[in-house]
Amino acid sequence: MRRRGQNMGLSIDEALCLRMYELMLTIRAFEEKAIELFEHNLIRGNIHPCIGQEAVSVGSCSALRRDDYMVNTHRGHGNCIAKGADLRRMMAELLGKSTGYCKGKGGSMHIADFEGGNLGANGIVGGGLPIAVGAGMSIQNRGTDQVVACFFGDGATNQGTFHESLNLAALWKLPVIFICENNLYALSTPLHEAVSVSRIADRAVAYGIPGVSVDGMDVLAVYEEARKAAERARTGKGPTLLDCITYRFFGHFTGDPGRGATYRSKQEMEKWLERCPIKGFRNRLFEEKVLNDKTEERLSNRVKNAIEEAVRFGMESPFPSPNEAVEDLFSEGANRA
Amino acid sequence: MPEITFVESLRMTLREEMERDPTLTLIGEDIGRYGGIFGVTKGLLETFGPHRVRSTPISESAIIGSALGAAMTGIRTVAEIMYIDFTPCAMDQIVNQVAKMRYMSGGKAKIPLVIRTQAGGGRGNAAQHSQSLEALFLHVPGLKIVMPSTPYEARGLLKTAIRDDNPVLFIEHKLLYATKGFVPEEDYTLPFGQADIKKKGKDVTLISISYMVLKALRAAGELAKEGIDVEVIDLRTLWPLDMDTLLQSVRKTNRAVVAHEGCRRGGIGAEIASRIHEEVFDYLDAPVERVGALDVPIPYSEPLERAVIPSEEDLIQGVKKVLYRA
Repeated sequence: MRRRGQNMGLSIDEALCLRMYELMLTIRAFEEKAIELFEHNLIRGNIHPCIGQEAVSVGSCSALRRDDYMVNTHRGHGNCIAKGADLRRMMAELLGKSTGYCKGKGGSMHIADFEGGNLGANGIVGGGLPIAVGAGMSIQNRGTDQVVACFFGDGATNQGTFHESLNLAALWKLPVIFICENNLYALSTPLHEAVSVSRIADRAVAYGIPGVSVDGMDVLAVYEEARKAAERARTGKGPTLLDCITYRFFGHFTGDPGRGATYRSKQEMEKWLERCPIKGFRNRLFEEKVLNDKTEERLSNRVKNAIEEAVRFGMESPFPSPNEAVEDLFSEGANRA
Repeated sequence: MPEITFVESLRMTLREEMERDPTLTLIGEDIGRYGGIFGVTKGLLETFGPHRVRSTPISESAIIGSALGAAMTGIRTVAEIMYIDFTPCAMDQIVNQVAKMRYMSGGKAKIPLVIRTQAGGGRGNAAQHSQSLEALFLHVPGLKIVMPSTPYEARGLLKTAIRDDNPVLFIEHKLLYATKGFVPEEDYTLPFGQADIKKKGKDVTLISISYMVLKALRAAGELAKEGIDVEVIDLRTLWPLDMDTLLQSVRKTNRAVVAHEGCRRGGIGAEIASRIHEEVFDYLDAPVERVGALDVPIPYSEPLERAVIPSEEDLIQGVKKVLYRA
């Protein structure tokens, strides 16, 4: 495989770059389609789009193996896709269909794909961190060299579970990468009004583990730090806290007026839009001649087709039958009592 | 085997199951060198090492959440929460994570997890170390709830709990720890959802669980002196709930009392009494009576605590009430 990207200060292969680019396009397209379906009342509840955060998902998951674990958040479609989930089963889940990852019982906030190491997303901010610690404990007891990527937002770092989990993982040198998708807002509350330190990475100091701030709009920068953290975890050196600074272009969720304009200034939103992680990476790939018009067209078409196929699959799939509501509570089957 | 204590029975069971399943891991506060605050895990660290007997910082959410993460990824786990009064510290992990993980993943997650905890009053531990919170958890689908009453049940039910691939909340009453009883030497398990008739009787069905079973048996003994023949049923597991045994008994006696140590208001007796009314109303000669704690926190001072927690005498009065002899 040809090596490119020396100007990027990285020795990364072309195929990996193109794969990362395609994944970012896929996440963006998936989210745009999901929003559209939501607006047509085909998706219930709410969705929390990760548009703008694609580089964090793709950069970190690209440093993982398929057998590594991932613990996800409510804004988690991108992480699912980057960890290798099947778009069709994801879309079916959003549409509440029985072919979805959770047979329609989970929805947007609870997609789990155990075969792909995805231990599920969480509707409770900070709820997943202890679970990631447990997966790390399991790896340590089984003596494998897997790692756990634990995603959470800046808001979660104010939950007790963040502190309990970092302490325990550090204490036992568990193979966990704590990845903060720091999009600067917990719903409407800005970081500086909620976090007592200026950098979330600094919170690692309290647990004696490395804390690294990363440009979360730069997929290669995220990849590089995630790779180092994964290596550290795999070799028994313990956890790392990655503070990936990013921005959600869409707002908190599909019910957020003006895509978060009630608590974010126009100038701020525009400034971040200019730093779009997909646009930035695209330009670099063009500069490096890793990407050209022809390849881009091929990738875009492939993404478009994959999303269309996912929607078709989801729309054509059956809804679960009402009596399935009492199934899947316990491993021995239905529990109707 | 001579009679052994409830604690010895639990300790023996954990050791046997850890030998039987080389993944089985314990996690909880002070369970290592110290052997647990009630001595249940004494000696296990020395045999099985610090990866399988994980003594933790005081982090209840992390204890439950990490036990869940381990269980989901192939490590059978027993987590210990020192007092049930501390489970509210981990309520999100128990209620939103442990109980729901399998269901919300569409039945994919396998969760071989036991949460062992200790409950109940009677020793002057006051409001935050004496509660009976089982009714809170009964209200959360996705958890099995086990409350043994003797060393024999402790061993058989804990084995079943550990070998179960679902989350089980295993509640031990603090006043049972020192009680002694016969425990067979051979390996045995006791099924969930099967109540035990501790004493046969024909006049009134007295339903209870955990330590209250001992009070129920003593009450039945007193009532026998007055010619009242009480059938004492030990539920053993609150969920699954063995309604068949209860209903069969009530069809025979036509009268029932449910006694428990949690508050009467919203207690497990409310659920059980309601089910009996719904299902065998025509057989009843009196409304089902509930005997539970007064609706206050557990007070410290002895006369106050005695006033709040149901006594043998309260059970006797409950039985007489359904016989219209109170």
